Amino acid sequence: MLDGILMLLVLLNLFSLGSTRISASIRVVAYQGAAIGLVPLFLPGKITGGILVAIVSVTLLVKAVILPWFLRYAQKRVNVRREEKPFVGASTSILSGVAALGTAFFISSRLPIPFAVASPFIVPVALSVSLTGFFIIISRAEALSQVIGYLILENGIYLFGIALLLEQPLLVEIGMLLDVFVGIFVMGITVFHISREFEHTDTSRLSGLADWLPEGKRSE
Amino acid sequence: MAIFLFLAPFAAGLAAFVIKSDRLRRRLLFTVACAHAAFSLYLCLFPPGGEDYRWLWFGLDALSRYFMAVFSLLFLCASFYAVIYLKGEKSRPREKKEEGLLFNNAPEAAFTGCLLVFLACMSLLALSRHFGLIWISMEATTLVSAPLIYFHRQRSSLEATWKYLLICSVGIALALFGNLFLAVSASGQSPGTEISIDRLLGPGVRLDPLWLKAGFIFVLVGYGTKMGLAPMHTWLPDAHSEAPSVASALLSGALLNCAFLAVLRFYQLCLANGIGSFCRELFLIFGILSMAVAAVFIIGQSDYKRLLAYSSVEHMGILCFAVAVGTAYGSMLQAANHSFIKGALFICAGNILAGFRSKRIADVRGIAHVMPWAGILWFTGILAICGMPPFGAFLSEWIILKAAFSGGNLLLPVVYLFLLGVIFIGMTGTGIRMTFGVPSIPEGKKSFLSLLPALLLLLLSLFLGIYMPAALDGAVSGAAALLGGQG
Amino acid sequence: MNNLYPLFNVIIALTAAPLMSGVINRVKAFFAGRKGPPLLQLYFDIGKLLLKGAVYSRTTGVFFRLAPPAGLVFILTALLFIPCGAYPAVLFFPGDMVLVVYLLGAQRFCMLLAALDTGSSFEDMGASRDAHFSVFSEAVLFLCLAAMSVASGSVSLNGMLFTAGGRIWQVSPPVLVVVVFVLYIVLLVENYRVPFDDPNTHLELTMIHEAMALDHGGPDLAMFEYAAALKFWILASLPAGLLFPCGMKPDFFGNAALFLGAIALTAALTGVLESCAARLRLVKVPQMLTAAAALSVVALIFLAK
Repeated sequence: MLDGILMLLVLLNLFSLGSTRISASIRVVAYQGAAIGLVPLFLPGKITGGILVAIVSVTLLVKAVILPWFLRYAQKRVNVRREEKPFVGASTSILSGVAALGTAFFISSRLPIPFAVASPFIVPVALSVSLTGFFIIISRAEALSQVIGYLILENGIYLFGIALLLEQPLLVEIGMLLDVFVGIFVMGITVFHISREFEHTDTSRLSGLADWLPEGKRSE
Repeated sequence: MAIFLFLAPFAAGLAAFVIKSDRLRRRLLFTVACAHAAFSLYLCLFPPGGEDYRWLWFGLDALSRYFMAVFSLLFLCASFYAVIYLKGEKSRPREKKEEGLLFNNAPEAAFTGCLLVFLACMSLLALSRHFGLIWISMEATTLVSAPLIYFHRQRSSLEATWKYLLICSVGIALALFGNLFLAVSASGQSPGTEISIDRLLGPGVRLDPLWLKAGFIFVLVGYGTKMGLAPMHTWLPDAHSEAPSVASALLSGALLNCAFLAVLRFYQLCLANGIGSFCRELFLIFGILSMAVAAVFIIGQSDYKRLLAYSSVEHMGILCFAVAVGTAYGSMLQAANHSFIKGALFICAGNILAGFRSKRIADVRGIAHVMPWAGILWFTGILAICGMPPFGAFLSEWIILKAAFSGGNLLLPVVYLFLLGVIFIGMTGTGIRMTFGVPSIPEGKKSFLSLLPALLLLLLSLFLGIYMPAALDGAVSGAAALLGGQG
Repeated sequence: MNNLYPLFNVIIALTAAPLMSGVINRVKAFFAGRKGPPLLQLYFDIGKLLLKGAVYSRTTGVFFRLAPPAGLVFILTALLFIPCGAYPAVLFFPGDMVLVVYLLGAQRFCMLLAALDTGSSFEDMGASRDAHFSVFSEAVLFLCLAAMSVASGSVSLNGMLFTAGGRIWQVSPPVLVVVVFVLYIVLLVENYRVPFDDPNTHLELTMIHEAMALDHGGPDLAMFEYAAALKFWILASLPAGLLFPCGMKPDFFGNAALFLGAIALTAALTGVLESCAARLRLVKVPQMLTAAAALSVVALIFLAK
């Protein structure tokens, strides 16, 4: 079952590489988050009971619900075009994704885990998800796509952490924190794109829109 | 008790967001900065009897005390400048000469608040004894400093902010990978070994060298992005040139050092587990590469703030190079000197920008005639940062050179000197052109108050170059000793 | 007598293959709300065509006459290597999967030659598009077969599909699901089904396979249609054989019935897809096939670990 989830993650990777539509990518990220959130349930019980339920539910909530919702909100507000013009075409991206998977397998074969793990595919898949996210960041010009790539990168790191190191729940929380921070990230893009929309506009109006500052208040 | 070094600025920062009165806010900023600087300087020079504060994951050792003192002093001078700067900027539409656009600034409360929280996060980073906490604080500094860059609400600032956010966050995510690899390498011990420095440096702890090496690579690349090492430095020129000079000074002088501190913490572990030479090779590669890239981009640079930014890249390269050739003492000293001189330079640049209203070198001529103090400080600063005696940078670069020669491989010091020479040519040429000659504006601000912090910082660096009191020497060598370095 | 049982594979294939075409059409009719042609329609069509004569244009040459029987011969030879149900294939040797792919390719080659031989531009266009798709689809097919051989440990089709009790599934089930999916895509491409080609189109500009059969008549067309039905059977037996491994039923006829049902299910699925999906734009087809190739490489990487 764990293998099934890992395979699904790889397929979602390829799908996110192949599609240039932002809404499709957001959906992919949501499914990926859901899949990763469910992974702890299939690991032989290092942590059980209340902590397990808490981790799974918080992860699902943040990764599969809150962040995709946030991205969709940003997408609507910025009214970004459905398709963008990436630097690398869809076919080449998919093939690069496969190359990333191969690289991930190669790297993980050089780094044997010193303790027992539930499946030999966890480290390669985690690395490949991260590599995919990285590739998306560097091959797309649209800022929202870059954020999605960043989310995918962080998903991979999170999968690595959660699958291997369940004795250290603090690391999990660090991952959570990162997720929250990405939300702030997203707010910034809103402003960025608005500025791209209005080429030379009265920038005092731009300040009016800039309520993305975390706890800022106007002094006037 | 040292935890107040984090709590006080943090609380003050939160307060600054809600305080309505500008004057009160600025006073708060300056007061907190003074208190912070005084306390950290005291802790650095007179460490309480050998026993470092340890409480869960917080604590200060020689390394963090030293770095804390350096950026604290810089913050003090920067906050003084910030107060004067904010007074001048207050709700007055500014015009940027290049684009002819009108722009407004962000609310001042946000700026001041972010400054204070920024200080708090950097203090937290220095205080952390747990790698996870280091990571959190590094991410926090990224997020808190982004609004500082975006103070001038313009397209270019926004673009710079975006680049900064994206590249640095990706780098920090890579560093998280490094942390996880470290945890895996530590898991061979009793299960549940926390990745805190004290535990991992404890007696009888053996870390798996393969995972530790992989972790170090990720951490170096990850935090190195934040530090400005080439080839991950691409955000640095944009961010440091678009930000207001206060923020640039802090970013260049303080934040880069903190990123270096994070890398050095990991390096400590590597030293204790026998892969020090591997790490030093990596330091060498990134160091030389950074210096070379900086040299290439300094020649023919057209924007003087970008010039300073590339100089920061160069100095981060020098820091890595110093650790690579084995002199951690030189590296520490160079870190302090770079912070002070770069801070002074950025403050000067801020004044020049206010006077000449342009960031292009071609538009700035004859500073010494219309803004004498600014001209003197600017030119002196440029000379100082290129390693002119009697400023401190000369001393530290000389120490590094000596260590490079004693290493045996003669190619290294030759390359080092060559690159330093190229950078010297580029920067002083620009400095001379800007400072002397027929002034390009009729009349400049003759105010001295906003240049006072720059003067103070340069004097500090001069002091470091001339006189080394025992307490200071003790502090630096204590820091270096943790990194296995000898004088 | 035991030696003759594998022949039953071939007999079942020969007799049941045209039935699948009827299944597809019936499913499509069901979705369209019609009653549709009878299930045995293709048999009637082939019979009718065999009784007719053919007219040959003067521009055609020898390839036009030779292609249909040659193609049928290639397909029949390939059929000998496919196991079905409870018994191994008639012929098998290590590496026969390569031979099967090449035989299928040879049949396609004959069709292409016949199409080019007519000298008409519509056939040319159809032939060039078919060749274009085959570049990708054959590569994907090879990758899938490679994945299957790594999983089963044997390089013979017989060995892959005829593993007792589905040993191949113990390797890694999710990966094999992906392989089955990709094999299904290959089936669609090679048999000119939606979303790669619409078999019901009457516009020559949009035809790919029909364009190549456009000028044939009488017995030639009967051979073409029969060969196409057999090709469907061959390519469908790959995913069907993976999904329903041999030996699931204790007796021969049970296994054969199960296999027949599996292929009918594949045909029905094809019918459903034809009713619900639209045809891909021509430029998207290589992208789709590249994605399929990527999927099979992924499966291969997972299995090779």
